[in-house]
Amino acid sequence: EVDLEERLHELDLRSDSDIPDVPPPTDSTPEILKRALSGLSARWKNWWIRGILSLAMISGFFLIIYLGSFMLMLLVLSIQVKCYHEIITIGYRVYHSYDLPWFRSLSWYFLLCVNYFFYGETVADYFATFVQRREQLQFLIRYHRFISFALYLTGFCMFVLSLVKKHYRLQFYMFAWTHVTLLITVTQSHLVIQNLFEGMIWFLVPISSVICNDITAYIFGFFFGRTPLIKLSPKKTWEGFIGGFFSTVIFGFIFSYFLAQHQYFVCPVEYNSETNRFVTECEPSELFQMKKYSVPPLLQPVLGWETVNMYPFQMHSFALSTFASLIGPFGGFFASGFKRAFKIKDFADTIPGHGGIMDRFDCQYLMATFVHVYITSFIRGPNPSKLLKQLLILQPEQQLSVYKTLKSHLVEKGILQPSLRG
Amino acid sequence: LQESESENKLDGETASDSESKSDFGGSSPVPTSDDTPEVLNRALSNLSSRWKNWWVRGILTLAMITFFFIIIYLGPMVLMTIVMCVQIKCFHEIITIGYNVYHSYDLPWFRTLSWYFLLCVNYFFYGETVTDYFFTLVQREEPLRILSKYHRFISFALYLTGFCMFVLSLVKKHYRLQFYMFGWTHVTLLIVVTQSHLIIHNLFEGMIWFIVPISCVICNDIMAYMFGFFFGRTPLIKLSPKKTWEGFIGGFFSTVLFGLLLSYVMSGYRCFTCPVEFNNDTNSFTVDCEPSELFQLQEYNIPVLLQSVLGWKTVRMYPFQIHSIALSTFASLIGPFGGFFASGFKRAFKIKDFANTIPGHGGIMDRFDCQYLMATFVNVYIASFIRGPNPSKLIQQFLTLRPDQQLHIFNTLKAHLVDRGVLGSLEDA
Repeated sequence: EVDLEERLHELDLRSDSDIPDVPPPTDSTPEILKRALSGLSARWKNWWIRGILSLAMISGFFLIIYLGSFMLMLLVLSIQVKCYHEIITIGYRVYHSYDLPWFRSLSWYFLLCVNYFFYGETVADYFATFVQRREQLQFLIRYHRFISFALYLTGFCMFVLSLVKKHYRLQFYMFAWTHVTLLITVTQSHLVIQNLFEGMIWFLVPISSVICNDITAYIFGFFFGRTPLIKLSPKKTWEGFIGGFFSTVIFGFIFSYFLAQHQYFVCPVEYNSETNRFVTECEPSELFQMKKYSVPPLLQPVLGWETVNMYPFQMHSFALSTFASLIGPFGGFFASGFKRAFKIKDFADTIPGHGGIMDRFDCQYLMATFVHVYITSFIRGPNPSKLLKQLLILQPEQQLSVYKTLKSHLVEKGILQPSLRG
Repeated sequence: LQESESENKLDGETASDSESKSDFGGSSPVPTSDDTPEVLNRALSNLSSRWKNWWVRGILTLAMITFFFIIIYLGPMVLMTIVMCVQIKCFHEIITIGYNVYHSYDLPWFRTLSWYFLLCVNYFFYGETVTDYFFTLVQREEPLRILSKYHRFISFALYLTGFCMFVLSLVKKHYRLQFYMFGWTHVTLLIVVTQSHLIIHNLFEGMIWFIVPISCVICNDIMAYMFGFFFGRTPLIKLSPKKTWEGFIGGFFSTVLFGLLLSYVMSGYRCFTCPVEFNNDTNSFTVDCEPSELFQLQEYNIPVLLQSVLGWKTVRMYPFQIHSIALSTFASLIGPFGGFFASGFKRAFKIKDFANTIPGHGGIMDRFDCQYLMATFVNVYIASFIRGPNPSKLIQQFLTLRPDQQLHIFNTLKAHLVDRGVLGSLEDA
């Protein structure tokens, strides 16, 4: 019904006439589920399918967490590639670009270039000791930016040479579409990985908060929903929004409390060059050591305690959950607007009952960037090993002057005793 | 103009191309208004239209080059301001084209949002630059210190506000237009703003890193035009029918020679070769330093092949001149692709020029299309081959670390310096 309304209103915009009709979504529900649920009405059947798939995805998530950081990195990479593929496919459909064979190659080539650039920077930072040992890698790392730029330029020149007279406009659109998609999916998947290296808790708590917000907002909306929230997504309601907010904050608190106790989640991921594996072992930082907090007088009668033992990280989880509930949904609205603009129901049909991978991850993207900015602004300073690496590249005279400045600073702060030598 | 129109009519067109015809209500783009100053019009009234055009272009070219020299004379601060103005004008030109293509003038939010995003991205980049180069100034003033400490967070919050405003401004009838304009704005920001900041980074490295690349691109433009005018026969690429192989190759060799000569002249002056620094005491920019190795004359052996040609066995050159060969080569061989990209863009959206700002030349964007790739290349080149990281930035990062991390780094650095013999093992700074 919505589609028809929009068509009538938008007849004046000729540009919409080239959008193909949306093919009805193929039903990719597995056979066993269909047989098991054959007795129920369509509405409950849909509910059950969504429910089962949600549980399946959450279990898969836990399994991968158990398997470790490296598997998580691979998972993030696969999701990124799939999301990119979904968005590019939509672009192709909108612009009938399948008959421009260069474009598929160029889009994948640009994806490869940008990934190479980002992974190269990550690898250099985190695997410094691994890289130092191998000559060829050292060369690649030292001239990494130049090599990435040269690769990108090659793609750019190929694009210019591939411009075909009849299709200039289409080609420019696809070029822009590719670049915006890269900006959205690739940069943010790398921010997710950087968060992961900071400590698995910085990866798990934000993602879980977004998922929790999705689910609890849906449940609150289902049971108490009355006032619509925004025209873009008619199913969302204010009751769901507010209920989801409070539930997510509480969930974040409790979940952080449990995760903060285990070194596996709390320690920065490091690469051990001797064992050639990732290790998460460390002295837990201050954030993850219990502290006594005084309960504000207003809450004292409610909770009945005067002080409470909490991890400082739980304070930060409050900020993360708030963002996940209040701003995260804007990512979802953006994706809804996008789907309405291009007249598609879902990004793809990958997950039965849920749509494509992009449909599940639309709210996560803003979250990933927020967590990264949050960490760099409030939690950690610059990465010490990266700083060291840069110091070692300087010219000897520069190193000497830096050394002197650092020394005077450390002596001033009393960290270094002036009488100690060597 | 007429040629390209008939070409387009003959070819079969896809739906999206046909829509653009109706966009301009009559298929021919608006003829560029003639805003050549009256003075010039009268002086050239006797010449034929072709020569008149040539003279107008020539005079304006000289005017622009003179203007360029004046700004260089005025110093880094004025240069930064000019780069900023050029960036804003280019952004405005490209966004205006987007509006024309998408009839978006009746979405009032969009102009506001586009300018807001421009402001956000500029705030982010200028903030990072200011923090790096004006470090001591920033540390002294308390409000600036807080702004710089939480700079990324503040920039992100500002950007998010714009993003949420965009989502809230989505109007049912116009979703697609709005998403297009959002995409258009972001791609334009990516092209225009990031690269204008790379230019400013290059500038701070030393004015020579700003002047030589820009001059090489301009020289290549002019030389390729001249060679093409006098010797041009074989067309180079379908996108730009006026370009020829003769012009391309002639332009390449002239630009390399020009680059070598210009670098030779400029390397002798400290005001061009020294990094721009902000002097806290005088509160102004200074360019005063001990010239680095790049700018000290060295003897080079001429390769045996060229010895017979030139008649010398060795030659005294600045190492920078070798780098200038790389810069000129890029400017002549890859720079033109930026120009072809812009030509393709103009053909795709059926416009003759980006705007009518400069008589005979078109808009600011028309003059700067080749410069953008150049700016990024120079920046990457400097970062990869010339300088390492910025020491003051490293110190600044060091100061934010925890004491145990600071101690660890200090000790590692010390061990490294002792290893290299830079520091005696019993040093006493």
